[in-house]
Amino acid sequence: MITRLIETIGSPFSSYIESTGRLTRFFLAGIRQIAVLPFQWNKTLDQIGFIGAKSLFVILLTGLFTGMVLGLQGYYSLVDFGSEAALGAAVALSLIRELGPVLTAIMITARAGSAMTAEIGVMRMSEQIDALVTMQINPVRFIFSPRILAALISFPLLTAFFDVVGIFGGFLSGSLLMGINETVYMDKVIQSVKLMDIWGGFIKSFVFALVVATICCYRGFFAHMNNQGQTGAKGVSLATTSAVVQSCIWILIFDYAITYFLV
Amino acid sequence: MIQPFIEFKNVYKRFGNLEVLKGVNLSIDKGTVTVVIGKSGSGKSVLLKHIVGLVQEDEGDVLIQGKSLNRLSSKQARQFKKNMSYMFQDNALFDFLTAFENIALPLTETTRMTVAQIRKKVHDRMARLSIQGIDHKYPSELSGGMRKRVALARALVTDPELILFDEPTTGLDPIRKNDVHHLIREFQKQFGFTAVIVSHDIPDIFDLAQQIALLDEGKIVFKGTRQEIMACEHDTACAFIRGREMLYDRSKT
Repeated sequence: MITRLIETIGSPFSSYIESTGRLTRFFLAGIRQIAVLPFQWNKTLDQIGFIGAKSLFVILLTGLFTGMVLGLQGYYSLVDFGSEAALGAAVALSLIRELGPVLTAIMITARAGSAMTAEIGVMRMSEQIDALVTMQINPVRFIFSPRILAALISFPLLTAFFDVVGIFGGFLSGSLLMGINETVYMDKVIQSVKLMDIWGGFIKSFVFALVVATICCYRGFFAHMNNQGQTGAKGVSLATTSAVVQSCIWILIFDYAITYFLV
Repeated sequence: MIQPFIEFKNVYKRFGNLEVLKGVNLSIDKGTVTVVIGKSGSGKSVLLKHIVGLVQEDEGDVLIQGKSLNRLSSKQARQFKKNMSYMFQDNALFDFLTAFENIALPLTETTRMTVAQIRKKVHDRMARLSIQGIDHKYPSELSGGMRKRVALARALVTDPELILFDEPTTGLDPIRKNDVHHLIREFQKQFGFTAVIVSHDIPDIFDLAQQIALLDEGKIVFKGTRQEIMACEHDTACAFIRGREMLYDRSKT
């Protein structure tokens, strides 16, 4: 009776510890393989194309509308206090410090992260990863390392695009629509943003890149090892869902932690 | 007595509650072709995966030239695996690579051959398998038979000493199937590799085999030559190759 109780309580706990250990080893092996020669330029460039270039449109669109909403909401909040001139600063700082890195990471997770998990999951289910092992090709190096490097390059660049387009979106709604002086808006943007704000945003982007690439690749790589014992298409679907949910949760947790240390 | 190249010694393997291998004993000599037959789901692929290290035995031992696979140094294990190829049942071709890139992959990733050398070798294998002109096609653009031959070309391109074939002719028409058998025989004669073939192509596959092993209920219940199995002196083996389920079941009671 007591043994069974301990087993019931301990089993999920030990499986969580095991899974965390596997994730850590996977992450460290992937990072280490980035530095192992020969460099995988072509695979990394392909992944930059997939994670970065192909996400650009959705990032620009999200950035523009986020900035426009911030411009509108900011205007109506600030105008009550007669501070609408500070709209440029409010929009720029909100985007560069918080919304840019977070929303960019979440959008990339939705577009590229889920696709990564599904692709790697199918590779696992159709024995392509086993085939790599039989060919003496390190599957972590072949699959994960180019993706994590590509994510580290793409996330900050896309975040920068998001921020710039978002500030422009705030300008559209704040200045062109609501009538705030255009020079004042841009002056406030330039005056308020410090180099440390930009660095803070980039630090977040780098951390989110590691989080998203690791979780999405890991979930796909071990798609056959899920709690529900599902394999095949169901296993890939479970892996994809859990990769997206976990990535988003960890993005928000890390966002809080980094903000806490940066401010 | 000559030491076997590969030896299964009382190997047990269980997946959850399902016991797949229940004390397998099998010796495979260097340079020979061994065909493993058995009912679907009897654990033939699991047996092959023990050799390549994709599956670890729960009990017993798999010996490579007398040394336990688990006790080989990492250098010895690497060397052994470098000289081995595995042709998967469902081909395991990479969807995002073209036919040429799939075949060339073990060479591009694990050797220092030049691009020209790789191209020459891959095209040679493609020519021998009659799959020229599909260099730029992706696996999804190829027929089942073509994909099978691309997988076979990938297995042969490294000139391995040991090739494990997991149902190499499934899904092929009789002409292509005989072509593949012919190619395995020709390549085996030419390069002298050791082959372990899991197959249901009975009796055609027997023409290739120096040794035939029947895996049944987790054990090797018959080992012998083509002549011995075709002579039908072993009840279970005889019933199996004739495809008579009732006789097959009765032979075990």
